[in-house]
Amino acid sequence: MTNGWVDMKNTDMMLIMGGNPAENHPCGFKWAIEAKRTRSAKMISVDPRFTRTSAVADLFCQIRAGTDIAFLGGVIKYAIENNRIAKDYLIHFTNAAFVVEGDFKLPADTDGVFSGFDAERHSYNRASWNYSGGKPAQTASTAAGQSAAPPPLPPLPEKVDYDLTLENPNCVFQLLKKHYSRYTPEMVERITGIPKEEFQKAAELYTSIRKDGDMKKAGTIIYAVGWTQHSFGTQIIRTAAMLQLLLGNVGRAGGGVNALRGHSNIQGATDMAGLFDSLPGYLKVPTPADSSFDAWMKRTTPTTSKPAPWNSWNYYSNTPKFTVSFLKTMYGDAATKQNGWAYDYLPKVDRDYSWTHLWDNMYNGLIKGMFAFGMNGVAIGPDSKKNIDALKKAEFLVVGEIYPDETSEFWRSPGISQDEMKQIKTTVYRLPCAGFAEKDGSFTNSARWLLWKNAAVPTPGECRLDQAIVAQIFLKVRELYKKDGKFPDPILKLTWGYTDPKSPSLAEVLKELNGKALADLEDPATKAQIKAGQQLPGFAWLKDDGTTACGNWIYSGSFTEAGNQTARRDPSDPSNMGVHPGWGWSWPANRRVLYNRASCDVDGKPWDATRRQIWWNEGTEKWVGNDVPDFKADSHPKDHMGPFIMNAEGVGRIFAPLGAFADGPFPEYYEPFESPIQNPLHPERTNNPVVTGLKSADDKYGTVKDYPVVCTTFRLTEHYHYWTKNNPMNVQLVPEPFIEMGAEMANEMGIRGGEKVKVSSARGEYIAKAMVTKRIKAMMIDGKKTYQIGIPFHWGYRGIAEDEGKTERMMVNLLTPTIVDPNAHTPEFKGFLVKVEKA
Amino acid sequence: MSQATLRVQKMSGHAGSVPGDDAQREFTVCKLIDTTTCIGCKACEVACMEWNDLPFGETVFDNTYQTMPETRWNYWNLILFNEHEKEDGSLMWLMRKNQCMHCAEPGCLAACPADGAIVQYTNGIVDFQQANCIGCGYCITGCPFDIPKMNPKTNRVFKCTLCADRVSEGLEPACIKSCPTGCLHFGSKEDMKDLAEKRAKQLRDDYNFPQAGVYDPAGVGGTGVVYVLHDATRPELYGGLPSNPSIPWSVKLWKGPLKWLGNVAMVGGLIGLFVHYLRFGPKSREDEDIHPRGENP
Repeated sequence: MTNGWVDMKNTDMMLIMGGNPAENHPCGFKWAIEAKRTRSAKMISVDPRFTRTSAVADLFCQIRAGTDIAFLGGVIKYAIENNRIAKDYLIHFTNAAFVVEGDFKLPADTDGVFSGFDAERHSYNRASWNYSGGKPAQTASTAAGQSAAPPPLPPLPEKVDYDLTLENPNCVFQLLKKHYSRYTPEMVERITGIPKEEFQKAAELYTSIRKDGDMKKAGTIIYAVGWTQHSFGTQIIRTAAMLQLLLGNVGRAGGGVNALRGHSNIQGATDMAGLFDSLPGYLKVPTPADSSFDAWMKRTTPTTSKPAPWNSWNYYSNTPKFTVSFLKTMYGDAATKQNGWAYDYLPKVDRDYSWTHLWDNMYNGLIKGMFAFGMNGVAIGPDSKKNIDALKKAEFLVVGEIYPDETSEFWRSPGISQDEMKQIKTTVYRLPCAGFAEKDGSFTNSARWLLWKNAAVPTPGECRLDQAIVAQIFLKVRELYKKDGKFPDPILKLTWGYTDPKSPSLAEVLKELNGKALADLEDPATKAQIKAGQQLPGFAWLKDDGTTACGNWIYSGSFTEAGNQTARRDPSDPSNMGVHPGWGWSWPANRRVLYNRASCDVDGKPWDATRRQIWWNEGTEKWVGNDVPDFKADSHPKDHMGPFIMNAEGVGRIFAPLGAFADGPFPEYYEPFESPIQNPLHPERTNNPVVTGLKSADDKYGTVKDYPVVCTTFRLTEHYHYWTKNNPMNVQLVPEPFIEMGAEMANEMGIRGGEKVKVSSARGEYIAKAMVTKRIKAMMIDGKKTYQIGIPFHWGYRGIAEDEGKTERMMVNLLTPTIVDPNAHTPEFKGFLVKVEKA
Repeated sequence: MSQATLRVQKMSGHAGSVPGDDAQREFTVCKLIDTTTCIGCKACEVACMEWNDLPFGETVFDNTYQTMPETRWNYWNLILFNEHEKEDGSLMWLMRKNQCMHCAEPGCLAACPADGAIVQYTNGIVDFQQANCIGCGYCITGCPFDIPKMNPKTNRVFKCTLCADRVSEGLEPACIKSCPTGCLHFGSKEDMKDLAEKRAKQLRDDYNFPQAGVYDPAGVGGTGVVYVLHDATRPELYGGLPSNPSIPWSVKLWKGPLKWLGNVAMVGGLIGLFVHYLRFGPKSREDEDIHPRGENP
């Protein structure tokens, strides 16, 4: 989230799309309700189903799964046409005024793709996705991890051409206006199935906060995995971010783009490099093309690109400081300036190691074994059958869990005969792990707040803490490497200075992430001093000369000399704006709302005097406020430094240049990979042009001819993932799986609630009882009546009901396709095609 | 609040004065349930089971998100889910937490013939004393909200206690404590009514609910549980919440003008009982456990 849970109470308007927080985040949802109760805030729910969130919303639109870009693009068009935009904000805080290269072309002019499309390689040469401008800077800011790289991209220009009147036909604003002019209410209706009157009501309501350009009110956009799980998920979120920039909602209390994370610590997992293409703190992984530490830094450290009279802090210019400190944490004294800070020890990512590719590689015999901790890979899918088939070919599988799960019992999943079972040679090690209440450590919530928890109970029986298991495996591997090993240095020289090496304390790990001084340090400006060995107060102290160590720069400040900041529990909130500065600790620098400089006008005065976050203090010539300023504290407003300090431009990106995204600098609407219609915008280019399917025998994709129904998967409040089917309390609340279908569809098929139905996709089938409801209606999609169904995903072949034979032993993800988003690699769990029959 | 709040002000089937009748009254307690901010998460259902040590029971899929069709003797707090299509075609998914309403004039208490089996404390909580219950089931007939349920095995009737044990110690009921959205409130009747009316006004003024209002039906003397409804003119949409609940006429007659008939019947019954005793001997009580934890339904 750019903002946070508690901050939702400050909002005037909520657009909840791609998420169902009342269902999946009921505790955090209290703040959305608080805004309704205390500010009479309005809530719009846009979802394929009328959900628990819709039940308390003020307006509901039923959308076809996966068509969110069409909806949001339509809202952008509405806002521009009706002067519901934040003009000053747009000109000064975004790249709306930047002029784009002349040879850049929009999909409307290039057969449904942006300029530079390479049809054979299903990828773009993104050179034309650039600003027009003067002398080029030294390097480009490109996304890492793009393997099989096309020719290196040109750099961003150091001095960008711009037009503050926003009238230049090639300025970002005019291109935006042109691009979304095609997203008419009629087009939105054809694609999304939302009647145009309903859509216009929603667009009118959401943009009403910026009526006549008045800046006082703020609107928030709230989403979750309903946006990420598409073959264009990143671009949906981009569209939301652009809309929020257009309306001047980013950086504002009660505004922002707010991702609700799918589990209690998913934010922590991604912060700590849960994705293959990042290192802790979202540093970009090195690739084989980075021949040295310096080459890696040159590629991943952006240089400033802006209109000449403006300023840009370009905070990522500090990338070498973050990186050297990270390598010092990893390898200690073995990381020296001479050996490029032990750069050679780091693995170089040579290909796509994302989720579906891991399984594909195992399926193809390239991956021999798997450690599965804290996740149930078979049930998670997509295409569970493929994952089961892949595990059959593995040599070993280690599962750390608190229940016997589908993954550890893949070898006896339904459909495997006794004979076949005997043929499966995979060795499965099932390690009893600790449950969440048996571990201490910090959770990082969706709001980026780190909150320390203590273990409530000891681990039962022979269960072990995860870190104890991992540590002992590591120590054993290290022993083996001492005897023998191709390249032992990265293993032998890894720092492991924990008090109990066999079970590192998580508090010690957090201290390591926070970082410490390796030599006596002094801040030249304030003369503040830190002695060697002391914990660092924050990432501003990090150095690229090897005198600091820090495991994750964004967590620097979480465990200082003052102790574990994440364990703080001071509920006070002096500003009454939900800041609670003494409650836990949030990255970065305990700042609650990111980009909060944008909460003020160009002169440094809050847009809304009743919601003062930070402001420019003329007396002290400093930025001060109720929150920690996300800005250079002494940058005078007249210097015109951009509030979006993490971008090389210093401003918010309505146009995302060069390598930022694989599939376009503006989001364009493409159909889900399996879709019921051709794309009405450009029938010859229906799907995301850079998305292709995998090629194994298990990777099958269906068409509307065989599979006419749109299907989406979802979760229930009463259950937690694939866990609580083992808990009698949850089983009592919702005893068995079901399939949600509309009354009209059910009537047509002669199905009554409680009768069993069979749902099939090109990959598999799923049988459960029908929940016939008024909450899903038939939709007219491009003139064609289309049905949509939804299936909650909490069941499998191991659980109380499953073991007692009360349900079919099946997983929803037997249905889902192995298609992923090209930027984030998230599978398309929502909006695939199925057929529905009586079972 | 102190133990004094658990003084009894009304008592079922009791001749003569009620102990505590003249006790100094503290305020009447009340739950406020704002159905317009309820998300049906069932935290209150779970909290109720956990606090009251209620056993797990079997449920079956019934084409709804609702946990079971109605409250059970060992499931006292149930959110009712109802899909309602408005005249303009838009949908409402109404969720109402259902439990004992703790009526000021409780039909169950009026109907109950057993001395002290149902009491009303001075703070307004209506509580069943299973030790005094004779299992006749008249309370079930007497309740206009269909709340009390009998454990068929022990012939004892159970329902929500408004967490009298917690309230007497100054705590809020378990359901209130667990509610994540704050759609549940607890306090004095006066304060809750005030809060409810303000919320209803907000719904009328700022949201599109011109009929929003507060449910506190006069037919039972008002209730210790009040609802904010989007449409107070049609409470029956919310899982059959009665518009004008009252104590059934049969109970009124029975406990009023026809009481003499009962006395005659009772004498007859006693004679019958005596004959029965002579014939079959005393009843064994060894398998009886009146605590709900004792068994599954």
